[in-house]
Formats: sequence, structure tokens, C-alpha cells
Amino acid sequence: MKRTLSATVALGAAGLLVLTGCAAGESEASDTIKVAYQKFGTFTQLDAHMKQVKDAFEAENEGLTVELVPIEAQQNDYFTKLALMNQSAATAPDVMYEDTFMVESDADAGYLAPLDEYTEAWDEWDMFYDNAKSAGLSSDGKTYGIPMGTDTRALWYNKDLFEQAGLPVPWEPATWEDVLDAAATIKAKLPDVVPLNVYSGKAQGEAAAMQGFEMLLYGTGDTLYDADGKKWVTGSQGFEDSLAFIGDLYQGGLGPTPEQALDKNIGNIVASEWLPQGKLAINLDGSWLSGTWLETGTAPWPEWNDVMGQAPMPTQNGDEPGANSMSGGWTLAMGSKSKNKDAAWDFIALALDKDNSQSYDIAASQIAVRSDVSEDPDYQAANPTFGFFSEIVAVTNFRPATSDYGKISSEITIAMEAVMTGQQSPAEAAAAYDEAVVRIVGEENTTS
Amino acid sequence: MAIVAEEARPVAGPGRGPVPRPGRSRAGVRRSLVRSVPLVPAIVLLAIFLLGPVISSFYGSFTDASLTGSAAQGSSFVGFANYAELFADPDFPKSILLTLVFLVASAIVGQNVLGLGLAILMRSSSRFTRGMVGTFVVTAWVLPEIVASFAAYAFFNDTGTLNTLLASVGLEGTNWLYATPMLAVILANIWRGTAFSMLVYSAALQDVPPEITESAEVDGARGWQRLAFITVPMIRRSISTNLMLTTLQTLSVFTLIFVMTGGGPGTDSSTLPVLAYQEAFQFGKLGFGTAIATILLLVGAVFSVVYLRALKPEVD
Repeated sequence: MKRTLSATVALGAAGLLVLTGCAAGESEASDTIKVAYQKFGTFTQLDAHMKQVKDAFEAENEGLTVELVPIEAQQNDYFTKLALMNQSAATAPDVMYEDTFMVESDADAGYLAPLDEYTEAWDEWDMFYDNAKSAGLSSDGKTYGIPMGTDTRALWYNKDLFEQAGLPVPWEPATWEDVLDAAATIKAKLPDVVPLNVYSGKAQGEAAAMQGFEMLLYGTGDTLYDADGKKWVTGSQGFEDSLAFIGDLYQGGLGPTPEQALDKNIGNIVASEWLPQGKLAINLDGSWLSGTWLETGTAPWPEWNDVMGQAPMPTQNGDEPGANSMSGGWTLAMGSKSKNKDAAWDFIALALDKDNSQSYDIAASQIAVRSDVSEDPDYQAANPTFGFFSEIVAVTNFRPATSDYGKISSEITIAMEAVMTGQQSPAEAAAAYDEAVVRIVGEENTTS
Repeated sequence: MAIVAEEARPVAGPGRGPVPRPGRSRAGVRRSLVRSVPLVPAIVLLAIFLLGPVISSFYGSFTDASLTGSAAQGSSFVGFANYAELFADPDFPKSILLTLVFLVASAIVGQNVLGLGLAILMRSSSRFTRGMVGTFVVTAWVLPEIVASFAAYAFFNDTGTLNTLLASVGLEGTNWLYATPMLAVILANIWRGTAFSMLVYSAALQDVPPEITESAEVDGARGWQRLAFITVPMIRRSISTNLMLTTLQTLSVFTLIFVMTGGGPGTDSSTLPVLAYQEAFQFGKLGFGTAIATILLLVGAVFSVVYLRALKPEVD
């Protein structure tokens, strides 16, 4: 009996030791700056940029270390992983790479620290264009992100394939019909080539919602959100027509097969294989696309500028202003749980000073948001498409800056996938989207 | 997932130890209490790491916890709102149905029947055949889940092994993962899980005394009669344990489906675990995703109770 008791006590004590071992937290020194950013597939320019800034920062600031945390994930998974990191002070980054459309939502979530006291004292802040500054602004009037660059979207087309198919170069489509007709011609003349790629479906996340759907919707005259009334639009004809375009494209065999389009890797495959190898004729994509083909990119393609042409995405029926584009862009933001905010700011300011902004904008094919960069002759000469993509800023649109946008954008990709796979008609998918929007924001915040 | 602690006792022959007397003395109760004290650390650990998550998931399903937006700062109690939304969502009944189809076809029918069949066939086969078949079947079980999933993906892919094989004999296969996603994941899960059932049944069959089978044979019972009336009743306890384990394992299969089809196309292979993951981590609705996980937990519990009741493994 006695032996049983003592053995019990010993075992119990061992169990307690294990438990306390689990509970003991770790304390983190604040002389380390943790920088979280995305690195995925062909997008490696930011990784190179961050490594370079880390070296410069550590050389300037004796005793401080920069810990780089490249998150290797496709865009939606990146947001998830970043949000999970931000949930706990032990893992939250000091500096993070943040999409402008997530700024509002993540500021609401308490993940981001306001930067106004720092920007006030930063003499270079005046170099940023006003519309770029507003991209990092939340509805509480505070700045949460310093923009790195912006982007626009348009049609990229392969001039060689167009000539083989007997289509005019330069190509100037005036309506959606023109785009689909050109795709049909390619399909008839060059059966081995994928005629037209428009990103679609849940797997592509924000790329499908923005590069795909919104590029169509904002060309119909309808919008997702009524910014004046602060209400979400439901039941619009433009929404259904945009879904019908996706349906025609995928169900009509003018696009990639739905299973190719639903592959998480399609963005990488398009940029590094299909376009350089002449397997895709038209691609609705972003201004940054050529960054992959530069010498510094992951799939260098010296002839890209001779082969690839660009055309603005036309509006549905050619109505004013004739073309449409969407703009987004990414910022560097500071984590609210940072233990050394001053050093985190110094890192951001260094990463986005004139020289560093310029080298990043050139490497990643970004449209500059600093006037001193965009006026620099080296920047202008670096990429022949910068002129084209800067011009369509005139017709560009921005995504609704509300914290519900992320959830609603997911619903758009669900509707797209239902239509592209033929599971729902455009009208059914649009009705399901309307119901989902009402569920998310409430009946009183919608208008039709 | 907590597996109901049902010890898989070895099949006891006649002449077991004495059955505990129904009316115990007070000293006896105290002694057994003291004797169970060494179990306390284990129970505490189980409570923290198994019961804890279950309770926290249950609580989380009543909140609006979210990955981003204002609800991420501090979630608030929303009552049954998540469940109301879930039951109004047309994807949900579809997902329940897909989960049940996946469960019945791949675990209850596929793995169990195939596993039992293989075990019976292997008993009467030569040593060489037994070794070969055993190795092949167990290979799928030995592979880590992610590797097995990629292997299945490569097999069923449009340009994968299966279609290449079909093409070599002049047949044109379809795109399995896209056209018949449920069939593909069910076959993959049968391939992966059969080894487990086979091993359980092989062990159980060895404990069936040959005398009984032989005397049945003398009485004129045919092969299938011996199987249905002698062998199956005698290994009933193993069947019940195995059904329970494969059911719970299959209900929680996520990697296989996620890698092979991602729950798609559309929602055509979104079983409950995949749906819960998508809602919680792709769309950031943690509370909503947790509600789906809680439903999954209930489905598992229902199956466990049904097995325990119907097959009464504790009664001989």
C-alpha cells in the first residue's frame, strides 16, 4: 500500500512537471524585427528586396537583427497565415506585407498599428501621390500602410499567334463581343492554343475576384458597392452579365479547361509556361506580369516585349470611357503587437526610400507611387510597358474599402466557380451571391 | 478526434477470470479508488488535450470569431446564429450527404468488406501470395497521408497513370478528378485504408478455433454459411471495433480530398472537414467553421453510439 502511494505521488509530480513545462511561455527580445511577407511561385522579387534591405538595415543599426519570415503560400492562404500569426503576440510580425484591400479589415481586427506619428515626421512622405496615400488609409482616418507600388490590369496578347490566326495587330477590342470573337477565331485557326484566360474560381481567390470578375463588372456600368450611399449592390444586371461572360468562356471552350483554371498554380503556369511557349493567346492579367520575364525574374524571356502586346480591357458595349481597369497595390504595415515600433518604422522607411522603392518597382514591374521614382529616367526606361499601364490609370477603379470586402470577394469566387463548372446558371449564381451578401452585411446595408 | 476508449481486449476463450461480484465491500471501493490514482496524470492530460479542444470548439461555434475584421479583436457570443446560417446554406445538406456517401462507400463498405475478403482469402493462400499481397496492401497504409494523397492525385489526374494505362489499351478515360470527384476520392480512400481492416481481420480470424469451423463443415455447412453463421459472429467484436475506428478515421479525412480535388469542382466533393476548413481558414469565418466541425463531431458520436448499441461488443 505504501509503495503504491509513493509511486502515485511520484507519477503525479512527473505529470505536473510536464504540464508546467507546456505552459511556460517564452519571452522575446525586442531587438529583433520580424518581417513577414509573401513569396510564392514566380513572385520572388519581394524576397530579394527584403534580403537586401535587411543587410542595409543591420549595417545601419548596430545590435538590431531583422528576422525575415517569407510565407510561401498562394494569396488567400497568405492572408490566412498572416492573420494566424497576428493572433498572438508571440508570433505577430513587426512589419508585414499587406494588400491594400485588407488594410481596413486588419486595422479593424487590431492587427495593425497607426503610422501617423511617424509619417508626420517623415520628410519623404510628401513624395507619395495622394491617391496612393489614401490606399493605406482606414475609415477611421488613420494611415496603416505605406504603399510600395500600385498596379493596373489589362489584356496581354501574343502578337505572333494573332498574326498566325489572321487577327489585326495592334489589337483594339472595343466591346466584350470583340474579345470573345477574337478568342473564337483563335480557337478555330489554332486549336492547340488556349484562346483566352480569365482567372476564375475559389482556388484563385482575390486574383479571380479582381483580375477576373471586377474587370468585367466595372465595365458594365454597375458596381459592387455604392460608395455614396455606403450600401452593397445586389441584383444588378451587370453582375449577371459578368457571370455570363465567365460561363461563355469556360463552358464554350474558349478558355482553359475548368480543371486547369481551378489549379492553384495556374497563375505561375500562365506566366512561366503558357505565355512564353505560345500556348495562350490572350490573358487578362496585371501590369506586374512582365516582372517574371525580366532578367531578375524567375522565367527570363528576352523576347517578351516583341511578342506580347497590351490592350485595355473594353467595357461591355463600348460605353464611355471605353475601357476599364482595376487598381490595387500592396503596402508595408506595422504590427500592433510590435515590441519595438520605432525600429519597425525605421525598417519600413528604409525599405521604401527613393532608391529602394525604385529598385523594387522596377524588379516587380510595379507602377511607382512616389513622384521622384516615376519621374526618374532610369525607372521609365526600365520597362517598356510602364507607359501603357500608367496611362490606363485614367480609367481605373478601386475595390470597395470596407472591412466586409474580403468576405464578399470570397462569395464572388464561389459564384464564378458555380458558373464556370456549369453547376449553376448565371442567374442562379447571382441570386445565391445576393443572398450571401445580405447574410454578411444585413439587408439594411444593401441596395438593388 | 477522441476515439471512444473501448479497449480492444483479446478474444477471451472459455474459462476467463472471475467476474467481479456485484455487491462490493466499502474497503473494496476504497482500494480500487486508490489503485486508480496513478491514472490521474493520464486523465488530466487527456482532459487538456482531447476534451479541452472539444469544449473550446463547442463554445467557439456560438461566437462570431473571425480571422480579420472587428470580430477578430474580440469575438462575441452570437447564440445559434452560426447554426441558423448553416442550416439555411444549401451547401450544408449537400456536404452532409457527400460525407455520408464517402463514409458508407469508402469505409463501411469498401475498406471493411475488402479488408475482410482479403483476410479470408489470404488465410487459405500460399505463403508467397500472402506475403506479396500483404506487402502491396500495407504499402498504402505505411505511406504518410500527404504522400498517399499525391500518389492518388497523380494516378487519377487527367494525364495521370490511370488514363495512360487506359490509353495504352485503346480506351479513353475521362478526367476522373473533375468529372467523378467523389468516385476518385472514394477509391483512393479504399486503397489507402483497406490495409488497416485487413490486418485487424487477419488477427481476428486467427482466433477462430478451427474445431468449430470443422464441426460446422461436418454438419454440412457450405462455405458462405460457415462465413455468415460461424466466422462473422465469432469475430463480431473485432468487426465492431474496426467499424468504429475506420468510421471515425474516414469522417476526419481531409488531406486526401483537399489534395486531390480541393473540395471541387464547385462543391462537388466538399465533405464536412473540407467545408469547415474553407469557411474557417479560406474565408476567415472561424466561428462558422467551428460550427461545421461541431456537427462533424456529432455525426461521429452518433455512429459510435449506433455501433456500440447494435453490435454490443462487451457482451459475449
